[in-house]
Amino acid sequence: MTVSGAKISEALADLTTQYPAIAPHLFNENNELRPFVNLFVGEHNIKDLQGVDTPIKDGDKVMLIPSIAGGSLTLTLSQREREQLPSPSGEGLGMRAQ
Amino acid sequence: MIEELSHDQILRYSRHLLMPEVGLQGQIKLKNSSVLVIGTGGLGSPVALYLAAAGIGRIGLVDYDIVDSSNLQRQVIHGTSTVGKLKVDSAKERLQDLNPDIQVDVYNEPYTSENAMRLAKDYDLIIDGTDNFPTRYLTNDVCVMLGKPNIYGSIFRFDGQVSVFHAEKGPCYRCLFPEPPPPGLVPSCAEGGVLGILPGTIGTLQATEALKVLLGIGEPLIGKLLLYNALDMTFDFVTLKKNPKCRVCGPNADIKELIDYEEFCGVPGHHADDTSAGADWDITAQDLKARLERDPSLILLDVREPHELEIAAIEGAKNIPLGEVAQRMAELDSAEEMVVFCKRGSRSARAIEILASAGFKKMKNLKGGINAWAEEVDPSLPLY
Repeated sequence: MTVSGAKISEALADLTTQYPAIAPHLFNENNELRPFVNLFVGEHNIKDLQGVDTPIKDGDKVMLIPSIAGGSLTLTLSQREREQLPSPSGEGLGMRAQ
Repeated sequence: MIEELSHDQILRYSRHLLMPEVGLQGQIKLKNSSVLVIGTGGLGSPVALYLAAAGIGRIGLVDYDIVDSSNLQRQVIHGTSTVGKLKVDSAKERLQDLNPDIQVDVYNEPYTSENAMRLAKDYDLIIDGTDNFPTRYLTNDVCVMLGKPNIYGSIFRFDGQVSVFHAEKGPCYRCLFPEPPPPGLVPSCAEGGVLGILPGTIGTLQATEALKVLLGIGEPLIGKLLLYNALDMTFDFVTLKKNPKCRVCGPNADIKELIDYEEFCGVPGHHADDTSAGADWDITAQDLKARLERDPSLILLDVREPHELEIAAIEGAKNIPLGEVAQRMAELDSAEEMVVFCKRGSRSARAIEILASAGFKKMKNLKGGINAWAEEVDPSLPLY
């Protein structure tokens, strides 16, 4: 999917505007990124960069890497949402910045 | 120390011996190696088969489960003839048939904080082929504390992840996932589904990494996470760094001994009765049948996904998939008594939690789900 924004926080805001159902899975009540949510820009974890302030540019691939336990996944989406969303790893939840 | 290979073994491993990266010395190294495989299921099947075929001298298998026919879609180490047997015995039988030269030690017990160090300490490396968060964190912490490599693989539906967590040389599992997701966000193993071939792909990659680590060849996935998606056929790699705040391998680590992992993850790891919403909420299939005979207008709420209704359904039930319950509860009347069900009882328990927090009180959870209904009341329905 393609999202726009100059930094991760803006890209996530755009993502949650496009797919509101994903918001509670990504953010806690204080609108902070949940600790088990790992976001990578290219091959780098935003925790090793500037967190949600990490700048992104045109064509950057942002990946959301869920914690899966062999039969478990953090993102529980209904079938309807799943049909709208690409699958949750690699290219799957890869988002491209515009 | 076993120094030599017999003529039979030289013939058996000749395709390895031909490659300079393995060669005779490498094959002897494998013969003197030991690997503990946690879980003899989807991931453990290909891992154990290929490691046995490769001539790893000693393989340990930990599992406490029994082979079920629903396992055979992906757990290829077992077979129709071993349904009903202990998984570790079924697996050992297959491995010894594949390679009688190796030693297979079986541990028919759950992998827990009580036995994990004892079981793991004599093995060169550990394969994480588990299916739940508590055992994954346990496996990680044991490996960090014993200084052993943890060959990690995990799967869901069409997605897989592989890495080598070796805290002495790179990050550990906790560096990437400091804490597990809250239990409410996690569907249980048997509910989510998985492409049967996926653990084959991921387990085979784990076996490859294990062999490389044992032989000291190539570049193992230390500090890297492989992300595989079978639908798109994509392989992505991301870089993992040691987390300076890691509670088990960081400089200020405060977890120095094994903890209660079920409590840490907020979910049961073993022998979990995740088909119940708690005794107060539960209704058995037999009791539901009796209730329906007395009160045919009793509302039934099926919280499974629409495609599951094609497999089995209870006539007259209203379908709202679990993921939509919060948004669609206006369609339900909290004054009316309602029995909620899913496949096994865990998603319906979650739905009851959601509805209870919105003020619904007159609810029951069908314990064991539609599978229990099929077993106890309506045998015309299939189990799945």
